[in-house]
Amino acid sequence: MTEKVITCINCPMGCRMTVQMEGKEILKITGNTCKRGETYARQECTEPMRMVTAVVPVEGSRMPVSVKTRTPIPKARIQACMKALSGVRLTLPIHEKDVVLPDVCGTGVDVIATRTLMA
Amino acid sequence: MTEKDLVIIGGGPAGLAAAIGAWEDGIRDMVVLEREKQAGGILRQCIHNGFGLHRFGEELTGPEYAQRDIDRAKELGIPIQCNTTVLSVTEEKVVTCVSAEKGLEIIHARAIILAMGCRERPRGALGTPGTRCAGIYTAGTAQKFVNLEGFMPGKRVVILGSGDIGLIMARRMTLQGAKVLACVELMPFSSGLNRNIVQCLQDFDIPLYLSHTVTNVEGRERLTGVTVSEVGPDRKPIPGTEIHFDCDTLLLSVGLIPENELSRTAKVELSPVTSGAVVNDLLETSVPGIFSCGNVLHVHDLVDFVSEESFKAGHAAADLILHGAKRSDTIRVLDGEGVRGTVPQMIRRGSADEVRLMFRPAGVYKNASAVVMCGDREVARKRAMIFTPGEMAVLPIPGNKVAELDGDITVKMEVKA
Repeated sequence: MTEKVITCINCPMGCRMTVQMEGKEILKITGNTCKRGETYARQECTEPMRMVTAVVPVEGSRMPVSVKTRTPIPKARIQACMKALSGVRLTLPIHEKDVVLPDVCGTGVDVIATRTLMA
Repeated sequence: MTEKDLVIIGGGPAGLAAAIGAWEDGIRDMVVLEREKQAGGILRQCIHNGFGLHRFGEELTGPEYAQRDIDRAKELGIPIQCNTTVLSVTEEKVVTCVSAEKGLEIIHARAIILAMGCRERPRGALGTPGTRCAGIYTAGTAQKFVNLEGFMPGKRVVILGSGDIGLIMARRMTLQGAKVLACVELMPFSSGLNRNIVQCLQDFDIPLYLSHTVTNVEGRERLTGVTVSEVGPDRKPIPGTEIHFDCDTLLLSVGLIPENELSRTAKVELSPVTSGAVVNDLLETSVPGIFSCGNVLHVHDLVDFVSEESFKAGHAAADLILHGAKRSDTIRVLDGEGVRGTVPQMIRRGSADEVRLMFRPAGVYKNASAVVMCGDREVARKRAMIFTPGEMAVLPIPGNKVAELDGDITVKMEVKA
């Protein structure tokens, strides 16, 4: 049996939760004060998800354009996502919500622009 | 000298919301003065998500949040004059500003809204020992370099202070390939959100040293390393606890201060606690017709609350321009036990408008209540599982209770026995 300690991020309480696991199976969650904590701990122990935001260079522009994954992607894929983004060069004009990199690293999630940059 | 009904100083989230609020109430003869080349303020460089949950019910990035207000202002036709620096504001509401396009301009306004935001505490305010070498930046400056200019300020980084911008930059620098060696916090707790501690430090195995500070800075031209020491309960370094880090960059995330230089030239009374203006429930300062909102009034945690407060300032300024001054006798709002920096500091006597008091708890209070007292009488109460200094508390007083106020009120924390 293994134990994982997780800090809840749902509110300023920041409950320290202990999750007892047997392999990938969750046996017991303790230390949470509310239901949201349990849901979060369960997600963190099975498949933690994160939004990724970054900037991407634009040809002919001194200013890069800011981008984000449309929805959170698995935490384990963050570095791969950054690596994939490091190869991207955009051209003007760029509009907010334009797809910058479709289906990043096979996550099924698009990376989209979060700002407009005109020529 | 030109005449204007309303001049708004600052085109960040506060200035934009104030302008939209005033326009919606019928003010047309107005201008927003912005010193950068684009409106949007600091949100432009905050490319991470988490903005707008309260106001829009979704998590936007900074640029997306700013764009919503910019689009709305454009749609309404609100004039935003960028690349314009305001040099002074007087008590008589004369605004002097300068721009490459229009040169020097002097505008006499019937009302002014101060929305200049805040700035970061710099190294000079800390008294860090050591050399004055390159490679030391505030976290926000580094954020501007990385996110707006597209270059990295360094490769091996130590962060002093665990405010949210510092935490966000720890992640940002790591994702862009830098090695963040440590985040060092003087206090025994972080002032940053739990979410940022988890997602910006723990996710990347960046150690957080609580009750530690930087006790030496080394390097002749460029920073080569820093020394970090543990501090005791008196916040003084403990000899023998030194840890050395080889690094080329030190980022400071050690607090924000409202930027009130212009408020001072206008002789607006400032609060020593918030470092912002003293205002009444209409967000009007001690100078009639000059209003203050957003981070220049008091440093907020969430832009959603900046917008909410600033719409209100816009409405109040519009009301003054259209219907004349409604100043009256005021009652004072005082900080009681465990409470710091309540805004507004004054409430108009006889008003029946709801007042939303905002303040910071002086410490961490669990299972506690924030209570508003008028003499021996309880006026309002808010219970919560936790109050912390890192999260501004909001305590509304309903209009009917405001109407009954007959003397100064005190806000205090109460812990259940």
